Amino acid sequence: MQESLKFEKSFAVEGGSFQNAGNVSGQIKSVLKDLGVPKDIVRRVAIICYESEINIVSYAKKGTITLAVTDDAVKIETKDEGPGIPDIDLAMKEGYSTATAAVREMGFGAGMGLANMKKYSDHLIITSEVGVGTCVTMMVMNVQKLLHPDLPPVNLR
Amino acid sequence: MELETLVRELNLKVSCAAGSLKREVKGGYVGDLLSDVMANSKEGDIWITRQVHQNIVAVASLKDVAGIILIQGSEPAHDTAAKANAEGIPILVTDLPAFEIVGKIYQLIKP
Repeated sequence: MQESLKFEKSFAVEGGSFQNAGNVSGQIKSVLKDLGVPKDIVRRVAIICYESEINIVSYAKKGTITLAVTDDAVKIETKDEGPGIPDIDLAMKEGYSTATAAVREMGFGAGMGLANMKKYSDHLIITSEVGVGTCVTMMVMNVQKLLHPDLPPVNLR
Repeated sequence: MELETLVRELNLKVSCAAGSLKREVKGGYVGDLLSDVMANSKEGDIWITRQVHQNIVAVASLKDVAGIILIQGSEPAHDTAAKANAEGIPILVTDLPAFEIVGKIYQLIKP
């Protein structure tokens, strides 16, 4: 992957800052458009980025979202200093949420975030340590799916 | 249909970004859950919601929706309006509830 790297940048996300939520996703979307990444890929990355950003804003003190673009894929990697996820399988279940009432009132915290991140990426890995933070790595594959739309998602494991 | 025509036909109040109404409305999406709208709305949709906080502008911008209609006479929050004007995201207001405005929009733009 390294040799075909076209773009890499980390963006800081501030915890609790709902007024800025979506700014990083907007910047990432602009970068991808400028790089000429296909529209469907941009759409999927925008969704997983926004959900990642909202998770950091909702739960963590701060975090980063790193975008890496190669000819084959777009990689989004998030790292936060948050409470961590004690049971990742449970957290992945659609509808499960630990969001506060205030967060839910804004239309977040419906337990769709991680589920959307999984649905709109081809590959997702979560590692988390309670009391330390959470890392999520997501890949959205490019060329393979464009050339062979019927292929199943590429498994990088 | 152009957003401007929709505004005129449905007597919508233009609350923000009055200069950005020349957009094509291709369809619509209704929702107050931002993750749902983020995942399922499409480019060119008109988005009907009763959420008025500023995160609706980020979602609308990321999904390239044609505009946002707030229902039941809800006005955008002050910071929402400022952000929508800055980003050129039209916010329109109807006094009708979601069910009624959606029915009217569907009649106007259905294929």
